[in-house]
Amino acid sequence: MEIIILLIGISVFVATSFLLTFIWAVRSGQYEDEYTPSVRMLFDGTETKKENESG
Amino acid sequence: MVTLAKVSKGLKCYHCGDDVTTTSMLFAGKLFCCQGCQTVYEILDQNQLCDYYSLSQNPGISLKNKQDTSRFDYLDDTEVQGKLVDFKDEKYTRITFFITQMHCSSCIWLLENLFKLTTAISYSRVNFLKKEVAVTFYQHDITLKEVVVLLAKMGYEPAITLANEEKKLIKTNKKLYYQIGIAGFCFGNVMLLSLPDYFDFTGDFHKNQGQYVGYLMVLLSLPVLFYSDVDYLKSAYRGFQQRIMNLDVPISLGIVALFGVSVFEIITHTGGGYLDSFTGLIFFLLLGKSFQQKTFDTLSFDRDYKSYFPISVSLKNGVEETTVPVNNLQVGDRMLVHNNELVPADAILLGGKAMIDYSFVTGESAPVSKVYGEIVYAGGRQVGEVIEMEVVKVVSQSYLTQLWNNEAFNKEKDSHLTSLVNRNSKRFTLIVLTIAFVAALYWLFMADVTTAVKVFASVLIIACPCALALSTPFTLGNSLRIFGKNKLYLKNAAVIEDLAGIDTIVFDKTGTLTDAAAAKVVFYGNQPLNVYQSMLVKSLLRHSTHPLSQNIFKFIQAEISEVIAFQEEVGKGLCATIEGHEVKIGSSTYVHGSKLFSEQTAVYCAIDGELLGYYALSNAYRTGLENLVGQLKNKYKLFVLSGDHDREMKTLQAIFGENTPIYFNQSPQDKLTFVANLKQQGNKVMMIGDGLNDAGALKMSDVGVSVTENVSNFSPACDAILDATAFGKLYDFMQFSVKSVNIIKACYVISLTYNMVGLTIAVQGQLSPVFAAIFMPLSSITVMLFTTLTTNLIWKNGAGFRVLRSESKLLTPTPIH
Repeated sequence: MEIIILLIGISVFVATSFLLTFIWAVRSGQYEDEYTPSVRMLFDGTETKKENESG
Repeated sequence: MVTLAKVSKGLKCYHCGDDVTTTSMLFAGKLFCCQGCQTVYEILDQNQLCDYYSLSQNPGISLKNKQDTSRFDYLDDTEVQGKLVDFKDEKYTRITFFITQMHCSSCIWLLENLFKLTTAISYSRVNFLKKEVAVTFYQHDITLKEVVVLLAKMGYEPAITLANEEKKLIKTNKKLYYQIGIAGFCFGNVMLLSLPDYFDFTGDFHKNQGQYVGYLMVLLSLPVLFYSDVDYLKSAYRGFQQRIMNLDVPISLGIVALFGVSVFEIITHTGGGYLDSFTGLIFFLLLGKSFQQKTFDTLSFDRDYKSYFPISVSLKNGVEETTVPVNNLQVGDRMLVHNNELVPADAILLGGKAMIDYSFVTGESAPVSKVYGEIVYAGGRQVGEVIEMEVVKVVSQSYLTQLWNNEAFNKEKDSHLTSLVNRNSKRFTLIVLTIAFVAALYWLFMADVTTAVKVFASVLIIACPCALALSTPFTLGNSLRIFGKNKLYLKNAAVIEDLAGIDTIVFDKTGTLTDAAAAKVVFYGNQPLNVYQSMLVKSLLRHSTHPLSQNIFKFIQAEISEVIAFQEEVGKGLCATIEGHEVKIGSSTYVHGSKLFSEQTAVYCAIDGELLGYYALSNAYRTGLENLVGQLKNKYKLFVLSGDHDREMKTLQAIFGENTPIYFNQSPQDKLTFVANLKQQGNKVMMIGDGLNDAGALKMSDVGVSVTENVSNFSPACDAILDATAFGKLYDFMQFSVKSVNIIKACYVISLTYNMVGLTIAVQGQLSPVFAAIFMPLSSITVMLFTTLTTNLIWKNGAGFRVLRSESKLLTPTPIH
């Protein structure tokens, strides 16, 4: 039965990584604009220049 | 390259999609309606950006009314720049522009490819729903003004105002996302860890390995207790301090009881606790909260006059011209107001021909001419040449703007406390506490202290009104979306409850009941104009941007011919030669030479010196108005307030009937006082207005609705923005809001029934973790499903269906194509 402790530890660890990913997504502003990216990805063959995010 | 093309009807401009006429250009095999559109095409062509045209059909913005760029001069002022930019360092400047013209995927593409037009722009990013574009540029290579001019040249002129305080909103939204994320994470994990306990039929799991699991669950619940639910606890604490029993009080009691009992059971190894119910409860509550927080990003409900007024104004010091921010204007300053600029402060006219368009303030679109020495009130827009004026009052003390010094603008409407749920929550809390005490006392005599405490906590837990708390956000959130789809945009969900309680409606006339853009045009003459004469008149009118000309232009059905020797005398009329005929249109003095009397606004026309007659323009009332008034009259007290003279008295009385009081010559202050008096008499007042002159009344009323032709235009501070095309549905909206409140009441019954069932089990001391884990979400889900289904069903069967059938052609397509 002790193995269950280990399994729980692993599952919580995996879940935590998902939580951190979610927090990162909110922080990087993905929830501020839920529409434009869906259009942006349809612009074929035109690559948008990336800026060094600076504030 | 450029040739004048003879083209047939029905062809569209390659850039903006406007109808092409004989004066259009043919360039590179493509047709353009005007020079402006062609220029944009050239710019895009040179930079290999013609993908723009393949993404949507005719995506461009018409540039027929393009103006010179001197009006952007104030952007060179460093003080102004400092207020506008988001971020600035040695190399880069970043600024966010609000661009109302953004309307399709081509716009997104072009605005995100600005860096291909000039290397001085490094990056631009569009938020389509907010109609914003964030531009980063190297300030050594390009000035802010040049960036704005570049955008304006392509038809995307940014709307720049100083009233930009919306950034705070985003932060609070983010906080809710974090809270939901953490609550969801903890809920999921605690639920998983609780499973062994549910199937532990021998009852000794929590004594063995289970204790570690228990501690882990407590650990996982801590973020929920200290972060996710903190707003509920704070609100309950504040309510408790102010002796207002809001709904957050019983919720918080439940939360604390849940957590306390669980921790106690886990530490003493007497049970598994209810932490799964606790985290799940918070998760559902937060979901409901986020559902209610639907906001219409491009709309702003808190604008005051600052959003309308320019940021800065040109001052004249002797011969020199300087720009100063509007707020620094002093009495006695001499300012210059250019064509199409707003007069920012009350001022005396000193030089130039002033034609002031007060449509911003009154909704009346015909410009008024002013002479030397007359006072021009702030808010008027100059049409024509540059005028010089001396400021007599500072901006905040002007005739129009002093309205904002009224106390109605200083206090926040707090409808939260009056909402249905909170009114009843005091009674609810008291009943729950009584039951808890009585049950605890009973068990104290019948058994022991432990059982009594357990029963007491169980009652608080099971009575936790989470379903009740969810009924309001879900019903109102859903109604808010239905309203939004039908073009009534509410500031927040609480407005629906206010709307349901309305018993008095006050209408503004100009711009609200009447359609400012579409005047009713009638031609009076000895005989109607023949086809050829109509053609001549229409061709001439095409070149004028005057609102009257545009109305008559729309009214005449005719072909268009080429115009030479065009002249426009501001405030008087137009004249030109068309196919050899001299055509003159304008005031009677201009056309005829002497002043003729007319009851209505009249525009005379003459061909080859012969006066043919005049076009009479009168207010066109909105379609469906009579029908709407008929519906409203039986249920509500109606009033009409108008800033105009009583010319339209008869027509209005015919529409509204004898019993509706109609008042004319009402100043903005009068309107505010009128609404305040109605409120004092105990009426629940809804004010429906449009312009800045209604701003005071809108703010004073219980529900202020602003009617607008174009929702992305600025509208004054209000609780709701109604698209003019949906004006006829007002009655349906109000009926629907009443029904929404009834749905909430039905939810009460459902949720109280659940509570009763739960309580009977709790007072017997039979509450088990498994039962709580199933029972509590079940009641919440029932309520969520019930409200979502009923709101949609009621709108479909009631108002929505009728509207769909009768006005199906009014349903405009979505902005994306």
